[in-house]
Amino acid sequence: MDFRLTEEQQMIRRTAREFAERELAPVAIELDKTGEFPWDNWHKMAKQGFVGMTLSPEYGGGGAGLLEFTLVLEELSRVCASTAVILEVHNSLHAETIEHFGTPEQKQKWLPDLATGKKLGAFALTEPNAGSDSAAQQSTAVLKGDHYVLNGLKCFITSGSKADLYLVMAMTDKSKGNKGITAFVVEKDRKGVSFGLPEDKMGIRASIQTDLILEDVEVPVENRLGAEGDGFKIAMTALDSGRIGIGAQALGIAQAALDASVAYAKQRVQFGKPIAELQAIQWKLAEMATDIDAARLLLYRAAWLRDQGGRVSKEIAMAKLFCAQVAMRHTVEAVQIHGGNGYMREYKVERYMRDAKITQIYEGTSEVMKLIIASSLLR
Amino acid sequence: MKVAVLVKHVPDTETRIQVKPGDKKINEEGVTYIISPFDEFAMEEALLLRERLGDVQITAVALGPQKATEALRTCLALGADDAILVSDPAFEGADAYVTAKALAAALKGGNYDLILAGKQAVDDDAAYVGTAVAEFLDLPVINLVTKLEVNKAAGTAVAARDLDGYSQVIEVKLPAVFTAQKGLNNPRLPALMGIMKAKKKEIRTLNAQALGLAPNELGAEGAKVEVKEMFVPSKARKNKVLTGAPAETAPELVKLLAEEAKVL
Repeated sequence: MDFRLTEEQQMIRRTAREFAERELAPVAIELDKTGEFPWDNWHKMAKQGFVGMTLSPEYGGGGAGLLEFTLVLEELSRVCASTAVILEVHNSLHAETIEHFGTPEQKQKWLPDLATGKKLGAFALTEPNAGSDSAAQQSTAVLKGDHYVLNGLKCFITSGSKADLYLVMAMTDKSKGNKGITAFVVEKDRKGVSFGLPEDKMGIRASIQTDLILEDVEVPVENRLGAEGDGFKIAMTALDSGRIGIGAQALGIAQAALDASVAYAKQRVQFGKPIAELQAIQWKLAEMATDIDAARLLLYRAAWLRDQGGRVSKEIAMAKLFCAQVAMRHTVEAVQIHGGNGYMREYKVERYMRDAKITQIYEGTSEVMKLIIASSLLR
Repeated sequence: MKVAVLVKHVPDTETRIQVKPGDKKINEEGVTYIISPFDEFAMEEALLLRERLGDVQITAVALGPQKATEALRTCLALGADDAILVSDPAFEGADAYVTAKALAAALKGGNYDLILAGKQAVDDDAAYVGTAVAEFLDLPVINLVTKLEVNKAAGTAVAARDLDGYSQVIEVKLPAVFTAQKGLNNPRLPALMGIMKAKKKEIRTLNAQALGLAPNELGAEGAKVEVKEMFVPSKARKNKVLTGAPAETAPELVKLLAEEAKVL
């Protein structure tokens, strides 16, 4: 068994870390305050080749695996979790899904622009009444000649109003339940597409989430991804990959919390010595580091397995569940180690704590992860 | 045009250097390595030359153990076309003189129009190799370059150097050697696509025999200097405390920061 990353993977990680320190760190705090969409970061990530890095070189992608992408997301999230999730949704939920399920014509049409970052992609599954119960879709798509007419309300759509392309799930046949869901690629500028205002959120504030409103939107049949009724399968496959990305985001946040805590504990003096010399603090740091390493191993294994092909939903669910738990638990600990200072915005740990919470919720809650794990045990 | 870039694999500047008592080299255990930052300027300049001039073939060259391929692989990821590793166990104990001699032997016959190197490596800070390579190859050298313009048609280059209190602009006929100073450019990071392509590019390894070097020219035997002792100095900080009213001590502090600490 070899736990080392390859030379290439190490270079990717080093590059991502250096990129994050150089480009994301100077703006991360301000972005969190203003909640402005980080277009600059997006263009820089595109130039660096992170956008579309997992797509095939045939379409201008980098041809990297999910493990390599995991390393990049982890390093970016260590500095700016908001920027990371924009990339994660674009690559994993949107572009890769089109590559996986699209026809040659569809791939040729959309992927080159998605690979270079000229176009930004989004994923629209969640609805006000279809969260964890994602099969309870109320959006509809009705076939009329050479096009479908889409109606519905999607919510919490990451990069909503900023993205150019939306992968939208809608019911084509309600009588079939989740087998009646179909996936469509909907361009932002189609008549009848509109957006709500950006949500005012607790964390990941520089990634924008809005409602996506579809009112009699005519979408040509060529924009349907897969066959009618394939939508749920498509969405779940996308989310499997996406969950590794969210795990990486959680892991990066947790690592940032540990790094900040170690640095702070060494320089913060109480009772006449650095608090790092207090066993109470040492135990916290040791537990943080151990949990983070365990989370990392689970995550890399899941990404590696996924790169070998096939569905590994259980391993992915375990990784996502654990990474998110670790991120939440230990960002809270990091604030505790920082004491009163930790509660202040000046010290980044309060942002880590706010950013961590969403990883237990989106792209499948911790409870849904447990459902997936349990169902594979009790099959 | 052909450009060679000399790079050295050095311990990360953030590494805490340790020396085992009695050893004459650093303890390499757990040390992470990087490309010496001044060499990164040299590499970036080669890439910029290619962007400006078009047809520029870039070869990255390093001398070191097998591990130094990591530095070369990074150069390949950045956009070098190929790379040469000068490596031989016989180089153990080599000084900058031997290093320059071996690198010159590797470069000889390569018909490079420009040879770019960092002004010094950040590990031994000898600031010797670039100049000595030029000497061995009988080429002109311009050190501490902060600006470089190449006139391909005329076969010349104009380089600027920032010296203490003044600047110099020098024109030179190519081929020539240039050593890069901070300020020359802002080195980029390797793009993902470049990293993915790098593993398919060739790194040629040349040993002492291939370079036609005799055993007595190598390693400690060929070296002109000998390391007598190596140790980590004890941390004796020269603290200076200024006492008095802030209005009086502030100008004094500024003066000390500017003149003694040279940080302003």
